[in-house]
Amino acid sequence: MSLRLLYFASLKENLGTAEENIEMPGGISTVGALRDWLATNGRNAIAARRNLRYAVNQDMASPDTTIRDGDEIAFFPPVTGG
Amino acid sequence: MVTKLHFSRQSPGGDVKIVLQTEDFDVGAELDALTDGDASIGALVSFLGFVRDLSDGQSVAEMTLEHYPGMTEKALATIVTEASKRWNIDDALVIHRVGPLKPCDRIVLVAVTCEHRHQAFAACEFIMDYLKTRAPFWKRESTSNGLRWVPERATDIAAMQRWDSAQCSSSELTTY
Repeated sequence: MSLRLLYFASLKENLGTAEENIEMPGGISTVGALRDWLATNGRNAIAARRNLRYAVNQDMASPDTTIRDGDEIAFFPPVTGG
Repeated sequence: MVTKLHFSRQSPGGDVKIVLQTEDFDVGAELDALTDGDASIGALVSFLGFVRDLSDGQSVAEMTLEHYPGMTEKALATIVTEASKRWNIDDALVIHRVGPLKPCDRIVLVAVTCEHRHQAFAACEFIMDYLKTRAPFWKRESTSNGLRWVPERATDIAAMQRWDSAQCSSSELTTY
């Protein structure tokens, strides 16, 4: 499964990257499972995060949201605009 | 970047303009354009947000607003569309600046026109409360103690959740 991952704000700084394309192993089908896989596969800053927010294909998502091949998945801290 | 939507149920009116830009905007001209030529509008309510020079006790020299291009426009359009389902909005406008800003700079303008004031007040507040908690913007401040990402505020979450009652049921804006 190919995914495009985006990181924003302080998480982007902590990871040292704004985006990456990855090939996921089988068996990962939700945002939460993807997060846990990333946290134990070199993206240590994700593991240290409380209050992480998610978007799938530019819609707010939850850890239970299903992910599919080709999705754009974003990870970011709580938003602070306005 | 300008995004335009249209509520199909109203004519004339029903226009929504969402703008993300680095430069400042002319508030008077924007509000005039929103009401121009529509005699059915009886009320316009607007909100203007500014950069303050003090944040959590630290003096702020500059603020940078980061956003998620594409999702930001989509999230704002969803919020305004949701407001249009709850109140009888004629036209709506959201202008939000991104990039570097200084204290006293305008950050955001939200304006809503309606036939009567109560709907316009409520819709404008609703849009701001959801923008604060649902639109992907992040503020980084340059303060006397160095660079600082602004944390989320419990008061903003509480303000958004006020609308999430039985009379304001919404599937699109569920809080995660």
